[in-house]
Amino acid sequence: MKMILSVILTVSTAFILGEYLPWWSVAVAAFAVSLVTNQAPGAAFISGFLGIALLWVAYSSWINQLNESLLSERIASVLPLQGSSVLLILLTGLIGGLAGGLSALTASYLVRPRERRVDYQNYYRNKMR
Amino acid sequence: MRPFPFLLSSLLTLGLLYILNNPLGDVVPMPLGAFLSPQHGFWQNAEPSDADFSASLDIPGLRDKVEIFLDDRLVPHIFAQSEEDLYTAQGYVHAKFRLFQMDLQTRAAAGRASEFAGPRAVDFDKSQRRLGMVYAAENALAEMEKDPLSKKIYDAYTRGVNAYIQSLAPEEWPVEYKLLNASPEPWSNLRTALLLKMMAKMLTGGADNDLGYTNARTVFEGDAFDRVYQVISDSLRPIVPKGTVFPAPSVKPVAPATADSLYFSGPASVAFTENYRPDPHNGSNNWALAGSKTLSGAPILANDPHLELSLPSIWFEIQLTDSSGTSYGASLPGSPFVISGFNDHIAWGITNAQRDVKDYFEIKFRDGKKDAYWYKGAWEPTNLRIEEIKVKGGEIVYDTVAYTVFGPVMFEAGFPDKTTGSRNLAVRWMGHEGSNEGATFYRLNRAKNYQEYVNAIRTFTCPAQNFIFASKTGDIAIWQQGKFPARWNKQGIFVMPGQDDTYQWQGYIPQHENPHAVNPARGFLESANQRPADATYPYYIPGAYITARGIAIEQKLEKMTKATPEDIRHLLNDYDNITARAAGPALIKFTSEQRLAEDTKRYLDLVKKWDFQADPGSEAQTVYQVWMDSLRAEVWNDELSQVTPRAPMPDEQVLVELLLKDSTSVFYDDINTPERETARDVVTSALNKAAGRLAAAENEGKLEWAKFKNPSIFHLLKEALPSFARQGLPVGGYGNTINAVTISHGPSWRMLVHLTDETEAYGVYPAGQNGNPGSRYYDNFVDTWVKGEMYKLWIMRKEDAGDARVKWTITLRQ
Repeated sequence: MKMILSVILTVSTAFILGEYLPWWSVAVAAFAVSLVTNQAPGAAFISGFLGIALLWVAYSSWINQLNESLLSERIASVLPLQGSSVLLILLTGLIGGLAGGLSALTASYLVRPRERRVDYQNYYRNKMR
Repeated sequence: MRPFPFLLSSLLTLGLLYILNNPLGDVVPMPLGAFLSPQHGFWQNAEPSDADFSASLDIPGLRDKVEIFLDDRLVPHIFAQSEEDLYTAQGYVHAKFRLFQMDLQTRAAAGRASEFAGPRAVDFDKSQRRLGMVYAAENALAEMEKDPLSKKIYDAYTRGVNAYIQSLAPEEWPVEYKLLNASPEPWSNLRTALLLKMMAKMLTGGADNDLGYTNARTVFEGDAFDRVYQVISDSLRPIVPKGTVFPAPSVKPVAPATADSLYFSGPASVAFTENYRPDPHNGSNNWALAGSKTLSGAPILANDPHLELSLPSIWFEIQLTDSSGTSYGASLPGSPFVISGFNDHIAWGITNAQRDVKDYFEIKFRDGKKDAYWYKGAWEPTNLRIEEIKVKGGEIVYDTVAYTVFGPVMFEAGFPDKTTGSRNLAVRWMGHEGSNEGATFYRLNRAKNYQEYVNAIRTFTCPAQNFIFASKTGDIAIWQQGKFPARWNKQGIFVMPGQDDTYQWQGYIPQHENPHAVNPARGFLESANQRPADATYPYYIPGAYITARGIAIEQKLEKMTKATPEDIRHLLNDYDNITARAAGPALIKFTSEQRLAEDTKRYLDLVKKWDFQADPGSEAQTVYQVWMDSLRAEVWNDELSQVTPRAPMPDEQVLVELLLKDSTSVFYDDINTPERETARDVVTSALNKAAGRLAAAENEGKLEWAKFKNPSIFHLLKEALPSFARQGLPVGGYGNTINAVTISHGPSWRMLVHLTDETEAYGVYPAGQNGNPGSRYYDNFVDTWVKGEMYKLWIMRKEDAGDARVKWTITLRQ
């Protein structure tokens, strides 16, 4: 649940910041959302990655749809992607996702205390009580 | 907080962001993060197929509101009150659709291509600076700004371009900037002058063969040189009809007394080769039919400038209307005005004059500092210009160019390469002389009759053009207009001594003595880069003339009566190979069939049965051209390769006439064999050699002409962006057919104007109005052009604002 919220927050914050700031604002957005939502590192990374990847894949797919793949096919031959719009959109998502995921991960280490190892013996003992 | 994982993760994140924010070498030359971001990068340039081009912008300095109506082909129809506002609006739309092109072309003109292309363009940039391109543009600018009206117009144009640039956020920059990780630069009047110098270099460079001829002099001695390089073709149809009587020359240049010893047999070969020579295919056609030749009784004018075909095109279609009237046609992004077009009274078109207006003088420097040179018996100081070439991804490169009384020292030890000996050559080029070519187009755009047309073109200096003209009042005319040195016989076709002014240009041909013709009895005029006049023209006028197309056009126009625009459209697309018509029968006659392999005979048969049409599907055209190219190599290479660098290849027409006239010419002989070869030997051997190449093409399924030559239109960044190009276009023709499509050269704009009361005009160019490769208007004219079709040009009137053809409106306000 928290992760879904985090992804939605990342998408919207990144989009808004992106209207005013350079491309790396997606990293700022993922970082900020991760600070607020305070998830475990793994979950933070996934949220940040998914958030930005979703934003970039969805946005580029929408543009590409309206453009009838005219430019993406040309660019996908300049980059070594065999002229495939789909690969270019996936690469777009991957690059954005990595920037978002790593930023969110970094933030999670900043706010989240070290999680204590669960002492299973005591855990169950306490539960029984 | 977990300090250690935090630090590690921070470093990783910042490292990734750093990598994504910077270019990654050759495969990924752009910052990938910025480039791929849908809100910032190239995706922003992917134009929706139903894009809305309507806009509204405030431009300080505008006098009144300007309305720009864009039609369904994205042609702007600009309506302004004043001429200042008109050209501000033209600057604005040029920039809106062609900003990167304007920036790239003028940076390259100034020798700044390395700023975009990196170290591999440094040599190109050096050659631009050594030719004095910026010096030439500065001289032009001084002349342009001396005239208050011109200054006002260029300032207005610049204002329009810059208003557009300033209105852009970085994500709206053309996609090429994002690919190259570069940014736009403000426009200036100097850049308009640079664009003109780019055209001047492109159109005068092909006619300058001086270094090559200087070398060839040692190979072809005495009159052999003239028979190879100075031929006035027997079949020439000059621009000024034969039989025209020229008045005696008012300027009579005299050859220096030392010419025999110092010039004609001067120091042997020069080791320099000019890299980046403009393509000799830069030619063009234009013609005008008087009412006596047309069905309607109104003149018809046609023009197709043959230039390098590129995406976006060098041309941009536009209608310019202000209180003085309307002009319509092809404009050059980077310059105000219509260049090839028409107004409500006249039509005009241009072809290149092909005259040699660039000469070299040998200079002796005092020492390696190059700060003084020997001139009139003393050490004269040079003017040293330190050229600073900024290189993307590299160190700044410096080059020192010495300016002499003749011009900049273009070639010297160490340039163009380290091994070229110790001679120094200064270049004198007509392009260096200050002139305001734009004024010609300003006046042409508004000219109403023959007198105003003559008045418009008379100051045009360089690159010299053949201005064809037709008016609604029924006049047709043509002038070869430019400023030309009056030369003594053979002056300037070899490198000249530069120790004093003995070999300097002695004067200019007076403007009114330029070749021209008005309303000839035959009812038509044409030019197609041929020699402007026959041998009776009283000045020595060397040049790189092309003979074939002029013959073809005249033959067809002579036969034409009651011509319609449709007939003229067909003529613009004509594939008749006039050279092959002349040479083909001779080639067949001189072929010894018993010395041909069976397969080779098959190729011969194709030529025998050929109708001489260079159609896209013609196999015989491929055989003929490969055979002819092979024959040229066979006949000339043994002589040409006697010097290094090689002497220039003689014109194809020279060989054709040799075949027709002389079967035992000494030139057929291969000087490297003891036998004495004849026409029969070389023609047969050329076919046998061609057969190998033809068989290879046939095996790949590429014997058909269009498949063989593979006509292609590249993006301005050429082979770096093959996916931005249109390759393998099914068009025929060659440099010698009227429809002169070579591989990447050809009719860059086809125009046809029927000067009836209400003007009927057609046009097309092989690209599209929008330079954005992410737009459907990037290449939407290409298929129309390939099919030989043309668009009917809509001369919009202000009251048509509600017409369905108006798709978008741009409003510019104060």
